[in-house]
Amino acid sequence: MGKTIAEKVLSSHSGTDAHAGDIVIASVDYCMSQDGTSTMMIRELESLGFSGPRTSKGMAMVIDHNSPCPSVDVAKIHSTMRTFARKNSIPVFDVGEGVCHQVIPESGNVLPGDLVVGADSHTCTYGALNACATGLGSADVAAAAHTGKLWFKVPHSFRMGVSGTFPRLVSAKDLALHATAMLTADGATYKSVEYVGDAIRALDMDGRFTIANMAVEIGAKFCPFECDKKTATWLSGHGVTSLKSVCSDEDASFEKSYDLDASALAPKVAKPHAVDNVCDASTLKGVQIQQAVLGTCTNGRLSDLRAAATILKGKHVKNGVRLIVAPASRGILAEAMEAGIVSELLKAGATFVAPGCGPCVGTHAGIPSDGENVISTANRNFKGRMGNNKDVGIYLASPETVAASCLRGEITDPREV
Amino acid sequence: MTMILEGKAHRFVPNDDINTDYIISGRYKFKIDDMNELAKHVMEDIDPEFASRVRSGDVIVAGRNFGCGSSREQAPRALKAAGVAAIVAKSYARIFYRSSFNIGLPLLECDTDWIQQGDAISIDLTVGTITNVATGKTARATAIPKTMQVLLADGGLIPHIKKHGGFSLE
Repeated sequence: MGKTIAEKVLSSHSGTDAHAGDIVIASVDYCMSQDGTSTMMIRELESLGFSGPRTSKGMAMVIDHNSPCPSVDVAKIHSTMRTFARKNSIPVFDVGEGVCHQVIPESGNVLPGDLVVGADSHTCTYGALNACATGLGSADVAAAAHTGKLWFKVPHSFRMGVSGTFPRLVSAKDLALHATAMLTADGATYKSVEYVGDAIRALDMDGRFTIANMAVEIGAKFCPFECDKKTATWLSGHGVTSLKSVCSDEDASFEKSYDLDASALAPKVAKPHAVDNVCDASTLKGVQIQQAVLGTCTNGRLSDLRAAATILKGKHVKNGVRLIVAPASRGILAEAMEAGIVSELLKAGATFVAPGCGPCVGTHAGIPSDGENVISTANRNFKGRMGNNKDVGIYLASPETVAASCLRGEITDPREV
Repeated sequence: MTMILEGKAHRFVPNDDINTDYIISGRYKFKIDDMNELAKHVMEDIDPEFASRVRSGDVIVAGRNFGCGSSREQAPRALKAAGVAAIVAKSYARIFYRSSFNIGLPLLECDTDWIQQGDAISIDLTVGTITNVATGKTARATAIPKTMQVLLADGGLIPHIKKHGGFSLE
């Protein structure tokens, strides 16, 4: 019997012939934490007598969730991280460098076939690079950093076959939202989800990062994509010249297999207060929005900013709508500036905040007022998620749908503008 | 770890998909690093009275996919600091499941429709049974996996590593 990507990666990292359902102790290649999860990890590491990471490629800490620092309390957390990192020679991606799930891949520390853990649930994003990466709590990441190993239950895998061509103004986010609605918030709990097929091969890397990012919203553990020329080109642009890809065997066993048609997709929106509460954008006509967010680890990459700018260019967001843009990294912001995207968005009325998580987690940079609606390219719309639980509705959508909705001041199918 | 727990059941709306943002909101967890302080805000967005109502030894009872969303370990830690001794739910999200056992908070998985808000329940962790103290009705939870039993017996993941100098999960 052949193996899935998850079975192969956990076999090679545990030195065993691992199959779905087995418990293995595997070597971890890289680990990370961010400013919302680092202090608990640091306390555990100090109690273990930590003297540096034993993971094969080390670790990093990223200051992205509250960046730049919004309060004295958070300043203490950031200071603790910097001090610990200095003492243990751990790199810190500090204020303004970007969201962990962009700067870690950009750093060239995640390669095809790697096993990576992070103290952030969206660590599954790195699956776009043909890696097995997953989010864990701070204690698990501390254990991985200190011992270089961690225990894993080898997951069963789902195969998501996607054929066809994405219609105009329909993108990876719409597919991810569609899959979330289809499988529900726990439909892939503890599974490794492999997206394959013509439509996936046709996606650029940014689109693949978007889909992998949303995998945890269906409960998945890993979301490894195939490695192709686009993967290699992307990695080569970030200093990686040698790689060894992993693919599932023809006769690998998938617990479930789905066949989707990208050409049948329409722009989607996840309504409050659940990511799997999805409908077509066109059915929400008339839902007024007061704030829009373009960015985050889901959709803050160059293609995302470009897709929104293409719709907003030469126009202006409707009076009464605040469009907040948080590029996923400083590198992306610089590229967007060189491409003229930043000035197009600014002229359309956008407000740029520092590369990082932006207002997604409700700590700063755009907390909505009571009773407001927000349309966002982020990945979560839980009640209170953006820092205010008083009748705030968060709608999740693609950059195209967010941009179109800004122009009309109401949720809008981008094909209508 | 005490193997027999007794406490009052607390249920919430929604019953399913109670995410870690609901357990402890980002607006607190990013600025408060003291779990006893965070405990004052647990479940606030879906039940503002819970933090003042919960007593040491009480049990949270829920439906499917408890603890989904963010990986924040503050979620199980703040619940534990608030006095929650165990959680009984139909199913759990993956990260929350691991983290709870890692920090010494036991989770049991079984049907929960028969448990009402405020019921006095007792839990026997050795055999995995949940009993309604007033009616005597008992249900058996799915067996806690061996790995999790080992972690729980050692007081959590980090104590386990200190004790064994690494992983010893057999």
